Amino acid sequence: MSYTAWILITASLVGVCCGLVGVLLILRRMAMMADAISHTVLLGIVVAYLITLQLSGIHMFIGAIIAGLLTAVLVQWFHQLGVQQEASIGIVFTTLFAIGVILIATKAGNAHLDIQHSLMGEITFIPWNKVELPFIGGVPKAVVSLVIVLIVILTVLLLFYKEWKLTSFDAVFAASIGIPVTLMHYVFMSLVSITSVAAFDSVGAILVIAMLITPASAAYLWTDKLSVMLVLSCIFGIISAWSGYYAAVLLDTSISGAMALATGVIFMISFIAAPRYGVIAKYRRGQAKATAKVQYNDIA
Amino acid sequence: MNATIVVNNLSAAYRKAEVLSGISFDVMPGTLTSIVGPNGAGKSTLIKTMLELHPRTTGDVSFLGQSYKLAKTKIGYVPQRGSVDWDFPTDALDVVLMGLYGKIGWLKRPRKSDREQAMEALRAMGMEQYADRQISQLSGGQQQRVFLARALVQDAEIYFLDEPLAGVDAATERIIMETLQQLRTKGRTVMVVHHDLQTVEDYFDHVLLLNRTVIAHGATAEVFTEDQLHRTYGGALRWMREKV
Amino acid sequence: MNLLSYNAQWVLLSTLLLGMAAGVVGVLSYWKRQSLMSDTLSHAALPGVVLGFIAVGTKQLPAMLIGAAASALVGAWLVQWIRSSSRVKEDAAMGIVLSVFFGLGIMLLTHANRMPGGGQSGLDHFIFGQAASMVRSDVMLLAVLAIIVLCVVFILFKEWKITLFDSSYAMGLGLSVKSMNIVYTALLVLVIVIGIQAVGVILIAALMIIPAVSARYWTDSFGRMLLLSASFGGGAGVCGTLISTLGKGWPTGPFIVVTAAAMFLVSLLLGSSKGLLVVVYQRKRAQHKRGTAIMTEQAVEGGRG
Repeated sequence: MSYTAWILITASLVGVCCGLVGVLLILRRMAMMADAISHTVLLGIVVAYLITLQLSGIHMFIGAIIAGLLTAVLVQWFHQLGVQQEASIGIVFTTLFAIGVILIATKAGNAHLDIQHSLMGEITFIPWNKVELPFIGGVPKAVVSLVIVLIVILTVLLLFYKEWKLTSFDAVFAASIGIPVTLMHYVFMSLVSITSVAAFDSVGAILVIAMLITPASAAYLWTDKLSVMLVLSCIFGIISAWSGYYAAVLLDTSISGAMALATGVIFMISFIAAPRYGVIAKYRRGQAKATAKVQYNDIA
Repeated sequence: MNATIVVNNLSAAYRKAEVLSGISFDVMPGTLTSIVGPNGAGKSTLIKTMLELHPRTTGDVSFLGQSYKLAKTKIGYVPQRGSVDWDFPTDALDVVLMGLYGKIGWLKRPRKSDREQAMEALRAMGMEQYADRQISQLSGGQQQRVFLARALVQDAEIYFLDEPLAGVDAATERIIMETLQQLRTKGRTVMVVHHDLQTVEDYFDHVLLLNRTVIAHGATAEVFTEDQLHRTYGGALRWMREKV
Repeated sequence: MNLLSYNAQWVLLSTLLLGMAAGVVGVLSYWKRQSLMSDTLSHAALPGVVLGFIAVGTKQLPAMLIGAAASALVGAWLVQWIRSSSRVKEDAAMGIVLSVFFGLGIMLLTHANRMPGGGQSGLDHFIFGQAASMVRSDVMLLAVLAIIVLCVVFILFKEWKITLFDSSYAMGLGLSVKSMNIVYTALLVLVIVIGIQAVGVILIAALMIIPAVSARYWTDSFGRMLLLSASFGGGAGVCGTLISTLGKGWPTGPFIVVTAAAMFLVSLLLGSSKGLLVVVYQRKRAQHKRGTAIMTEQAVEGGRG
């Protein structure tokens, strides 16, 4: 496989994983939790590294899941203690992230850890895994992780599709018919965590948020069916990844930045032009109503 | 005949304040009871606490002689309409179908018979032509009917409804009350948080007057009196009644 | 950085004032239930910072700050537009603006770093903060801005109180809630702009959330909360900066945040108004008597986010 092909495959996988998880994320109004988790996985990875002194994939994932769950648990705890939801999120993730940065700055000075790249990640340079794209004889580690994550996401999503639907739509009712809403919440937070980590290498923590939230939000504006929204979100993710990559190559700039911008462009187009829920469509409906009113008033 | 719901010394708190205090009452099958009281009296909290959606500080509740956990599948709950995201991408039929998820079970997909059952419930609510309509396009009254259809499809023994008539049109109100009365005739137990004092006597055969504790509970004719209402609302009520 | 050096004292002054300004605006955000908007806007400020640099050609603070402010304001406006004109909810709108603007910022940053005068260190400090890299003129500017923020909040204290807690009364008085919102957004952007150099884009939100929430555990009074939050913020600013001087090249931002977080934990446990120990004690007392409905407190505070 060529260098570019691997990059595009990786980017597409990020688009699909984030696209799927992102749909549930925005429907469950947990976009800010994703923001939080994608920052705190940094701490998880750093601690995992400091404990195991390895940068191997599986430890990173475990560290990330723990960090993600810890974030969710702490936010829940503070919220129950009376702190507003948003404030809880803010306190937890900034503090955990700050601790992560301190650990890196103070202890791991000689390590391969690099804050810049974990945050802004470069798909062409993966300091964590000592694996450069293209991989020598085989498949890049990032692709392997992403494929595994994708399989996990698809399995969990499809096996419990109706339960995800219901808990996202009406958690109270779901609880009343015996669905373990809280458990599903934490399972979902874990999904977000592993997706964040898998995408880390390619687009960096902060831009994982773009991939998680923006294509799904764009898809939301095109359809009234959950299944279509999921598919569309993946497609938008892939398009953003590809167009972002080529734009970055053309302009000779950050690839992950360009991908994030691409998600924004697709969203803006959807926001304005989507047939039912776009701004233009709404405006036209408003005009039609006004005209109808005028006509009615003329008659009446 | 045994009581279907037995509540014993139930209390609940919200942050520092005690919201429910020493609540005890029994409800018999084949009754349609309204829960009535001023704002903040704990009406919604009472239902939530009984259904273990809100932690209790004291007391216990039994449904059909069992704990909530064991009786769960026989209880239907219609929460307030505001608790749901109406922009969610789903249609009316789908929402009703969700009521069957408990019966369908994990890992299984809804079958044709399930879908037909859901359509039946929509038909009973006069909503069958809206089956494939996105829920955000429905009016308040229509949304409420979909919610009720979802509850019907659960075919529960006991039903709790939280302000089902709030903000609905006359046609919806009529169809909801007819449905609830049919449930009562079939021997089910129905409790409804109700906001409109004017209609209590018309609609409900039993009433529970609540203001953090049970002021009175019993047949509407006996309990729904000026005196008891004053005790419930503490003077924040102007009683106007036309003597027939 | 020598602790007692002249420059050091200026830097400490700026982080003190920053902490106070952030703490105070954080209280406003808290009661408006918009705590994370600061996170969104601070990320949205990045493209503006870089554009400011690109426009001038060298690292000039005023240009970068104006850029940051403009960029953040565009971000704020976009969040509003998305939220009000589509079914996309506020949290998703915030996430979109946050990440897309930040991505654009990174693109511009990569470009700027190649320009002469760019240089890794200067611009990158805006992401994690490096108070020590500030020169005296920067500090003066930031100090002035911080004082402006503090003054505006102080002068409009009564107006804030009314609009935050009783907007219908405010409207009755003819007090425009809309203009207060504009002032609030301006203050928010100002604090972000002040803070991004010392604390960085990612962590400025922390300073606007943590001291305010900490103060909540000590008092129910709006005025006292403002004072306490300012103290906590300022204290965290100074202590954090001091700690960060202990190591070579340590960024200031994270240490300030961790200090603030420590204060939060202490407040959570011991705070006289709602701290854990106090609540446990009060619950035991309440079990002996019927609690009076504190429904108003809940309606006002309504921490159910």
